[in-house]
Amino acid sequence: MAGRTGHCASMTDEAENTERTTGRHVGLFATCLVDLMRPSVGFAAARLLERAGYRVSVPESQTCCGQPAYNAGDQKDARAIAAHTIAAFEPFDYVIAPSGSCAAMIRVHYPRLFEDEPEYLKRSQALAEKTYELTSFLSDIAKTTEITAKYPAKATYHDACSGLREMAVRAQPRALLAGVSGLRLVEAEDGESCCGFGGLFSVKYPDISASMVDDKVDALLATGADVVLGGDLGCLINIAGRLKRRGASMDVRHVAEVLAGMTDDVPPIAGSKEKP
Amino acid sequence: MQATTRSFVANAKKAMADRNLRGALSKLTRGFPIKRLEAMARLPEFEALRDDAVAIKDHTLANLDAYLERYEEKARENGAHVHWATDGADARDIILNICRDAGAKTVTKGKSMITEEIGVNEYLEDNGIQPIETDLGEYIIQLRKEPPSHIIAPAIHLSKEQVADAFVAEHSEYAADRDLSEPRALLEEARAVLRRKFLAADVGITGANMLIAETGTSVIVTNEGNGDLTQTLPKTHIVVASIEKVVPTLEDATTILRILARSATGQEMSVYTTFSTGPKRPDDLDGPENYHVVILDNGRSGMLGGDFNDMLRCIKCGACLNHCPVYKAIGGHAYGWCYSGPMGAVLVPGLLGLAEAHDLPQASTFCGRCEDVCPMRIPLPRMLRSWRNQSFELAQGSPKSRAGLGIWAFMARRPGLYRPLMGLAVTVLGWFAAAVGKGRFSSLPLAGNWTAARDLPAPEGKTFVGQWKAGKR
Repeated sequence: MAGRTGHCASMTDEAENTERTTGRHVGLFATCLVDLMRPSVGFAAARLLERAGYRVSVPESQTCCGQPAYNAGDQKDARAIAAHTIAAFEPFDYVIAPSGSCAAMIRVHYPRLFEDEPEYLKRSQALAEKTYELTSFLSDIAKTTEITAKYPAKATYHDACSGLREMAVRAQPRALLAGVSGLRLVEAEDGESCCGFGGLFSVKYPDISASMVDDKVDALLATGADVVLGGDLGCLINIAGRLKRRGASMDVRHVAEVLAGMTDDVPPIAGSKEKP
Repeated sequence: MQATTRSFVANAKKAMADRNLRGALSKLTRGFPIKRLEAMARLPEFEALRDDAVAIKDHTLANLDAYLERYEEKARENGAHVHWATDGADARDIILNICRDAGAKTVTKGKSMITEEIGVNEYLEDNGIQPIETDLGEYIIQLRKEPPSHIIAPAIHLSKEQVADAFVAEHSEYAADRDLSEPRALLEEARAVLRRKFLAADVGITGANMLIAETGTSVIVTNEGNGDLTQTLPKTHIVVASIEKVVPTLEDATTILRILARSATGQEMSVYTTFSTGPKRPDDLDGPENYHVVILDNGRSGMLGGDFNDMLRCIKCGACLNHCPVYKAIGGHAYGWCYSGPMGAVLVPGLLGLAEAHDLPQASTFCGRCEDVCPMRIPLPRMLRSWRNQSFELAQGSPKSRAGLGIWAFMARRPGLYRPLMGLAVTVLGWFAAAVGKGRFSSLPLAGNWTAARDLPAPEGKTFVGQWKAGKR
């Protein structure tokens, strides 16, 4: 495929690609959840970025943004993981994550972690400035307007908290989804409330988390949508897990899968409603 | 009041099993947020007012000593007795002594969180003086011997049937079989009972929403008018206020008033906004003969200039509770003390000690809605994080989860270790899932906390990074 460092590209192609992608080299931060649980989202993100004219690389040394340590109050480990991530992604023009939460960790929280370390503060700020959540990057920076995907479904969108409040991701995924042929988007009541995932919160306070996701699932089901879409795998795994436990026939997908037209190739999160 | 912050998890579990409570919380967390949005929509300058209010408080806190002294000077000029209290014990003694000097048998009280914080009621009772809460919600929970479950709606956790039961048990002067099924009947009975208490009281105690340095005035906002009766009918009025309640000018006070009720209940203004400037003057028709102000620190000066400085901007509107999904799930009592919700989770560890209340800052998803709706733009999640950092340093919490996190963090910065191990783990889980054939697990070893209420979606079986490296696109 054009635009990547591809081994199959001819010399001429390579030169043209380099020309076209100068200043447009994206380091794709898959996030640990996508890397481990749902690689399809990573492929979807790469496809979307390449279609938008960016050269995509996936640094092999990437692991996790460090939120579990950071949110547990373990600043020392959070700093070490942040330093590791900074080193892995510094060379790129952009760092894109298919998650508002992990992107916000880099963009908002890395500089806070290094408030007292001038060298790393500078490096973290430089990284922060070029880090984006996938849909907001596609919409705001890449100015993507053409979406070729088809997905005939009535869908509702779950705004993940970090993306919504720390990265101002709200209109962008909806604007992109408006270009998906056959898709109709409906809004859920109290859409800005948390699904109860919260990373380790969901296992530390499982009862409270379950109560929160129940409220969320009630609101999502009330829309009558076939599928709930979102930009953060953590929330989606939580929501899908509760929907399936309740025996509800609502699918859950990452927005990137839909935008990249991969819905026929990849089953929904936690399996399809057809195969309970 | 005995704090139960240590048993937060058990408290929460109990609360979530209470259907009555869940219904009430659902109503509260739908009602107030919608009313707030409507009130904001009617006031285009709402956001600008928030900025102004933040600036006022920041300036005041940076010059708190000067404004407190100015307030004291003006209040004394107006004839007030100003008392300084370092902690709750100090304040309780000052209050008790004033009550004794007044020869008080009964004391009426306006709704005040600060007197909940320092346990004034119990102390007065122990010393033979009967305190009577006059805010309806506070009156109800006093009858039930409960702490408030919400800073502005203290009895929000109760149904009208529970209120009726409390009235039947307590108001023995009425026929036991009277009809209390309608809220109106409850209201009328409370009104009649409280009216007699108002007239008999020797001292009235109120809190203060603000102290105004420029004029030496204390301000309360109420919706029932009980505050006015509390502070004007008895011969002695005691105002109890914490140090951060001071604002420089009348103008500043009105700026804050414009966002307070809108953020709290969605009202433009509360029904009553009462300014008290000293005791009754010779030409005044009514008012207290003695006017005391107890200014309490209780740990707040220690918050100045530190990580929790901005918490002192709090105007106790309750917006963070009304919008908090955790509060909505468990209600106020689960937090185990008088303050609950996000503001409580920040404030309580500061007041009771982190060891007493270390669960409170942990029980948050950091969803950030509280900061979004806080009229004073207090960075509540950032402060919760600050507490978590301290907890981690002090090695509070479960050693098991700490060890697990440590191992994970060790691997997360060693891709040479992380990649093969994680790759193996997802491969095994992927096989297992394929064998089960559902794309999800309904139970899994070590994942019991997750799978108690949720299935766990199965991993696809290979890592993204590994597949990408192998050339898959």
